[in-house]
Amino acid sequence: MDGWWGCYNTVLIAVKQQKKSRIDDPEEVSVWFRKCSSCQEKFVQNQRFTETLVKMPGADKETDLSERIESFLSELKRCGSGAGSLRGSAETARETTALLRRITAQARWGNAGDLMEIIRKEGRRMTAAQPSETTVGNMVRRVLKIIREEYARSRGSTEEADQQESLHKLLTSGGSSEDNFRQHFAHLKANVIEAINELLTELEGTTDNISMQALEHIHSNEVIMTIGRSRTVEAFLKDAARKRKFHVMVAECAPFCQGHEMATSLSKEDIETTVIPDAAIFAVMSRVNKVIIGTQTVLANGGLRAVNGTHTLALAAKHHSTPLIVCAPMFKLSPQFPNEEDTFHKFVSPHEVLPFTEGEILSKVNAHGPVFDYVPPELITLFISNIGGNAPSYIYRLMSELYHPEDHEL
Amino acid sequence: MADSDGRQVDSINHSTEEDVKLQEVVQAKCEGKELTKEEKQRLRKEKKQHKKNKKDDRGPPEKEKEKEKASVLAPSKPATQSPAHKAPVPVNASASESPVAAEKPAKSKAEQRAERRARQDTERASKQGKKEGGQQSASSKPKATPNELQPVVKRLPEHIQVDDPAALKKLAKKLERQQVPLRSDYGYKVSLFSHLHQYSRKNPPTQQISIPATVIHPSIVRLGLQYSQGIIAGSNARSVALLHAFKQVIQDYSTPPNEELSRDLVNKLSPYISFLSQCRPLSASMGNAIKHIKKEISNIPSQCKEEEAKRRLQECIDSYINEKIILASEAISKYAIEKISDGDVILVYGCSSLVNHILCEAFEKQRKFRVIVVDSRPRLEGREALRRLVKKGIRCTYVLISALSYILPEVSKVFLGAHALLANGYVMSRVGTSQIALVAKAYNVPVLVCCETYKFCERVQTDSFVSNELDDPDDLIVTRNGKTHLENWQTVKSLGLLNLVYDVTPPDFVDLVITDLGMIPCTSVPVVLRVKNVDQ
Repeated sequence: MDGWWGCYNTVLIAVKQQKKSRIDDPEEVSVWFRKCSSCQEKFVQNQRFTETLVKMPGADKETDLSERIESFLSELKRCGSGAGSLRGSAETARETTALLRRITAQARWGNAGDLMEIIRKEGRRMTAAQPSETTVGNMVRRVLKIIREEYARSRGSTEEADQQESLHKLLTSGGSSEDNFRQHFAHLKANVIEAINELLTELEGTTDNISMQALEHIHSNEVIMTIGRSRTVEAFLKDAARKRKFHVMVAECAPFCQGHEMATSLSKEDIETTVIPDAAIFAVMSRVNKVIIGTQTVLANGGLRAVNGTHTLALAAKHHSTPLIVCAPMFKLSPQFPNEEDTFHKFVSPHEVLPFTEGEILSKVNAHGPVFDYVPPELITLFISNIGGNAPSYIYRLMSELYHPEDHEL
Repeated sequence: MADSDGRQVDSINHSTEEDVKLQEVVQAKCEGKELTKEEKQRLRKEKKQHKKNKKDDRGPPEKEKEKEKASVLAPSKPATQSPAHKAPVPVNASASESPVAAEKPAKSKAEQRAERRARQDTERASKQGKKEGGQQSASSKPKATPNELQPVVKRLPEHIQVDDPAALKKLAKKLERQQVPLRSDYGYKVSLFSHLHQYSRKNPPTQQISIPATVIHPSIVRLGLQYSQGIIAGSNARSVALLHAFKQVIQDYSTPPNEELSRDLVNKLSPYISFLSQCRPLSASMGNAIKHIKKEISNIPSQCKEEEAKRRLQECIDSYINEKIILASEAISKYAIEKISDGDVILVYGCSSLVNHILCEAFEKQRKFRVIVVDSRPRLEGREALRRLVKKGIRCTYVLISALSYILPEVSKVFLGAHALLANGYVMSRVGTSQIALVAKAYNVPVLVCCETYKFCERVQTDSFVSNELDDPDDLIVTRNGKTHLENWQTVKSLGLLNLVYDVTPPDFVDLVITDLGMIPCTSVPVVLRVKNVDQ
């Protein structure tokens, strides 16, 4: 029997009633789930009961999976990106993809449509846990695109025909294709898992791919400026330092001063590093040859959502006609557009900006501590990603290759 | 010159040529002490010249004549001024000396007089370029042409020549002579700034002064400590504190016998100024104040009694503070309040006493506005401004400079203070000001700079590297969540910390400068300077 999971009472009922082993009809699935959610408490309390009493093969796999999802969500909620994140974006992307692979392997689904529904649901929960961590949503969309591709390949049709959104097609076909992924293919699961494995390999190699391009962009005796701490840029500069000698100026990024960590780590590799306060960015910019930064997200219009202070840095670079190079792996590319100013920003506690030791004036003063900055695409010269260098005007094409337009809204 | 006294009697019986020269010297002496120094310089140069031309038949008698002249002149030589003078002046003066010296016996008295006057003019022109409060009694000299068009050979200030070992040696010698302690640099200096000093706050030069300090007045020692520890910060505060300390010095001063107050007091002030610049490099406003005081002191007539002179000087200092600082800020507030309208959101940076004053005045005049205070590490001066404004009751918001792009769409005007306004229209101010002006320009927000005219200076500068101040690099170290990443930055060879104090803002970022003379654009600064010079 394939396993199912539910609360103690539900499972007992199921055993007694000798329910079918496989649930094909989606309606029935929801019935079971509904029963569980209605007495959720009991399920949690009797978890051990269900495991010992009703030890159905696959039952613990399911609980294991849901536990993993829950723990991943709680970690996302706790350590958001930007302000002192405990892990970098690459790690988050890897963990998300690994989790999605596990869901594909262990959840119950009959056809591609079910799988996509499940993944979409989990994806919505994950992005809701930490909206500023966009890599999670990006990975979910990538996996959805993989599923679509694999399904199309199994069906035998080419992808191009489905992908193109020409106006002619819209008129003639009368809306989206009729195909709602209901056909069952035996090898779909294996293919999808294999494709996700390829994605994981690609993710593991992104930093190396980007660092390999370092020598093409850094010449000797340059002065390079960067801001805050980006693991990608760190690897990029360290790789170039093996062969070339140059000088790096790191703008510490108040109030978290991640620039200090970056500077100590770079100076350990014998790179001449200088830490400057944020206020001195424009003052020293006249002697800087290149500005190389990392980012939290690359937006669909080619703009950036990066750590605060980056917009000032970009404006100063534009004033001195210094090239601004962004090192961003492809999993940071997000199909969002920066149209909503209020939801775009994330703030940290004003205590970081104006500590409680200041006393009474805190009650009479507003203090703001935004974490991110928006940098418009006109200020950016080049994007360096694991698939090579691109101009900001090309980002929209890359996006259409990575994500399906119907997945832009999870 | 002790041995020349013996020859003095002999040489008086020399030819009429020397008598003429003697008369000239005496006449020159009565005109003002300026000439005596120039005479001394000239004599020194001529001595050098004569040493070169030993084959000349005029050799020995000329030498005696020179020495006689030297002994006739005032015995008190301000020792502090000598190395400063020698450097650029011999270069152009010695060239003119050699042809003139050879032709001397052939020329008549009138021609000699004309030549001497021409030489004095060139030396005077070269002295004008000096930075360290040289005396300017320009109006008392009969001049052929006005100052501006003569070639000015400027002497570089010491504090931007740290990479030149010759300059450092000269400074060390000068300080030794003045008995002022020399401060040593601290920490690894970023290579781009190796021409500037970098001191540590933990070793103020006051620690090297013995108690009781005989050479340096105690109020100056206290002032130096306050400067080096950052207790007194801000250009207005520093200037006012300096002038008050000078008042104390003048009060306690007593003229030694056989000395004139006008000359001796200036000489007494020189070691104090060296000491203060060792504690913290002088600001442009302080430099202008010192120039003014030295001029006033040197303009005191020699027959004035000591008490009277002191009283006059005290009054002069008081009126300077009153006019240039207090009344100027009143005038600037009046102009600036016209620019503040109801519903404005005003952005200020750091703590400028003038801008705070303007905002408080505007608030009292019932203007409705709110203020956004932008602050930056490591000085965090904005918190002081925040306290003052909140005490008044003004609604404030507080952000760090990295959040500037977030907060600027709300802002309607930016008010900035200045440390100095340079002659090419650049604004020298606290580091970060140029950044604020840049981003404000990008968002089309008007930028207004408020500055008193006594802060205008004749220097020109285009970037923030050539002349700046490096503060203690340890200030950048911060402990967060119990971790200090930069704790042992000294041990890591390739790591440097840069703590700049000033930066320059190009004039195209600034829309208006509000001064006590009115509201002018940034490019009119040299016009104001010229007007001021003509007045003086």
